[in-house]
Amino acid sequence: MNLRPVYIIWYRDILRFYREKSQIYTSLFRPVLWLFAFGMGLRPSFQGMGGFNYVQFIFPGVIAMTLIFTAIGSAISIIWDREFGFLKEILVAPIHRSWVVIAKALSGSTLAVIQGALVFIFAPFVHVHFTVDQILLSLVVMFLMSMALTSLGIILAARMSSFEGFGAIMNFVIMPLYFLSGAVYPLKGLPGWLYTVTMINPLTYGVDLLRTVMLGIHQFSVLSNIVYLLGFCTLMLTGALFSLRYES
Amino acid sequence: MDSIIQVENLTRDYQSFRAVDNISFSVNPGTTFGFLGPNGAGKTTTIKMLCTLLRPTSGSATVAGYNVLTDPMKVRQSLGIIFQDPTLDDRLTAYENLKFHGILYGWHGPNLEKQIGEMLELVSLSDKKDDFVRTFSGGMKRRLELARGLIHTPKILFLDEPTIGLDPQTRVHLWDYFARLKKEREITLFLTTHYMEEAENCDKIAIMDHGKIVAMDTPSRLKSQLQGTLIFLKTEDDVKTKEFLKQRYQLTAEDDEGGIVFEVNAPEKWLPNFLKDSPIPVVKLNLQRPSLEDVFIHLTGREIRDEEGTWLSSARALMRKNRHGGRR
Repeated sequence: MNLRPVYIIWYRDILRFYREKSQIYTSLFRPVLWLFAFGMGLRPSFQGMGGFNYVQFIFPGVIAMTLIFTAIGSAISIIWDREFGFLKEILVAPIHRSWVVIAKALSGSTLAVIQGALVFIFAPFVHVHFTVDQILLSLVVMFLMSMALTSLGIILAARMSSFEGFGAIMNFVIMPLYFLSGAVYPLKGLPGWLYTVTMINPLTYGVDLLRTVMLGIHQFSVLSNIVYLLGFCTLMLTGALFSLRYES
Repeated sequence: MDSIIQVENLTRDYQSFRAVDNISFSVNPGTTFGFLGPNGAGKTTTIKMLCTLLRPTSGSATVAGYNVLTDPMKVRQSLGIIFQDPTLDDRLTAYENLKFHGILYGWHGPNLEKQIGEMLELVSLSDKKDDFVRTFSGGMKRRLELARGLIHTPKILFLDEPTIGLDPQTRVHLWDYFARLKKEREITLFLTTHYMEEAENCDKIAIMDHGKIVAMDTPSRLKSQLQGTLIFLKTEDDVKTKEFLKQRYQLTAEDDEGGIVFEVNAPEKWLPNFLKDSPIPVVKLNLQRPSLEDVFIHLTGREIRDEEGTWLSSARALMRKNRHGGRR
C-alpha cells in the first residue's frame, strides 16, 4: 500500500503554507487581538467562572477560532487549486479520490493544530498556565475538531464555484456558529430558542471539551462531548469523501 | 498492429446540448493523431473522457488496452496530459513540480531523480530546476509541463491545444521536442488543435465540428480530395489579364490585394503554357496548393477561426464560396 502519493499531497500544502510567511503572521494576529484587546479588556467587567477570569475562560475559544479560520483557509486553497488548474493534475493522476480527500483533510488539520498550538505562546502573557499533559491532550482534541472542520470545508469547497461564496458562508454560517458555541461566554441563562441552537451546534461540544482539558471546567458531561465530537468528525469526513467523488 | 486508443460511439451530453456526438476512431501506437476543429467542437470534452476526467454518457473508449470506465487507474498510469491552461504550481520550483508528479504516479528514490534530470535536460530547463515556476515565461511553463507529463514514462501523451497562446518561435521549438520524443521514445501523441499548420504535422487527423467527426484521414489524402490550386498573379495590366483568362481559358479571376487570384487544376501543366501565351508580362506569381483550411471549408462551409487569419486564407475562402456557391 503506497502512501507516498498521499504524503506528497499533504506535504505540498504544508510547504506552501510555510513559504507564505504573511499567512503565518496573519493567523497569529487574530488570537492576539482577541486575547488582549477583547479578553483583557472585558476581564474586569466579568465575574469569575469556576475560579477563572475571562481571559482564561475564552482561551480555548480563541484557539477554536484559529482552528475554524485555518479550516476555511484550507478549503479556499482547494478552490484556488481548482481555479488555477493544479487540482486537475491531482485528479488525472492514478490515485483514488478518497485518498486525495484524506490527504487534504490531514494537511488542513495539521496546519490548524500547528496554528492553534502557537496560541499557547501567549498563555504566559495573560497569566494562564498549562501543564504539558494539558497541552498534549488539547492537541488531540484540536486535531479532532480540525478534521471535522476541514472536512466541512472540503464539502463546501466542492460545491462552491468561486471564492465569493465563501465570504457569505463566513458571515452567515461560521461566525454565528462560533458565537453560539460557548467560546466567548458561558451558556447559562440563555433564552430558550438561543439555548436550543447552541445545543445542536457541533462546535459547542468541541469547545466544551477543549475547555475541560485546558481548564478543568465543563458545562456538559465529558463523555457526551467526546461522543458528539467523534460523531461530528465522522459525519463530516464521510461527507467530504462523497462530495469530491462527483466533482467533474 | 493493435490500436493504442480505440473509441466506439462515444457520446457526452450536458443538460442542454450534446458536446460529443457518437464518435468512433482508433489510433495506432507511435503515431501522431490530431483532432482539428474550431473552439466548441468537442475536442477538449473528448480528451477529458479519454483521460478519465469525465464520464461518457454512452459508448466506450480503450486507452493503452484499458477501458476508461472499468480500469481508470491503469488508464491514467499509461498516459500523460498537458492541458490547455497551465496546471503547474507557481509557488513550487520546477524540480518540485516534477518530483510531486513523479511521486503521485508511484515513482520515488534514485529512479525518480534520474528521470527528473533527464526530462529537464530534454526540455532544456536543467539550469532552472530550482527556480520558482512563477518566474517562468509561457513557453518555459509549457516545456516544463511537457517534461512533467513524461516523468512516469507514459505510452501516450495527450496535448490539448499545446501551442495556444505561444509565439510562433516557441511553437516551432515545442514541435521540435515532440518530433524528438516520437523518434527517441516511440510515444503516441494525441493532440487537439485549431491551428492548421499544427494539424499538418500529424500522421492522421480527424476533423471535428459540432461534436461530430466530419472527416478522418491523413492530411495529404484529405487535401487531395480538393484539386484546385490557387494562383495569385500580378501583371502589368491586371484588367487585360482577367479578360485574357476568361476568353482563352474560361477562367474567372477575382481581384485581390495587389493582384488577381484564380483557381486551376494541375497547374504544372497549365502554367508554362499560360506564361508562354499571355501577352501581358507577369510581375509576381504565387501558387497555393489546397490546405486543411480548404478541406474544412469544403466539408463544413465555414472557416476555422484561425487566429492569424492570413489574407491568403480569406482569399481562398472567397474563391471557394464563389466557385461552389457556398456549401457543396
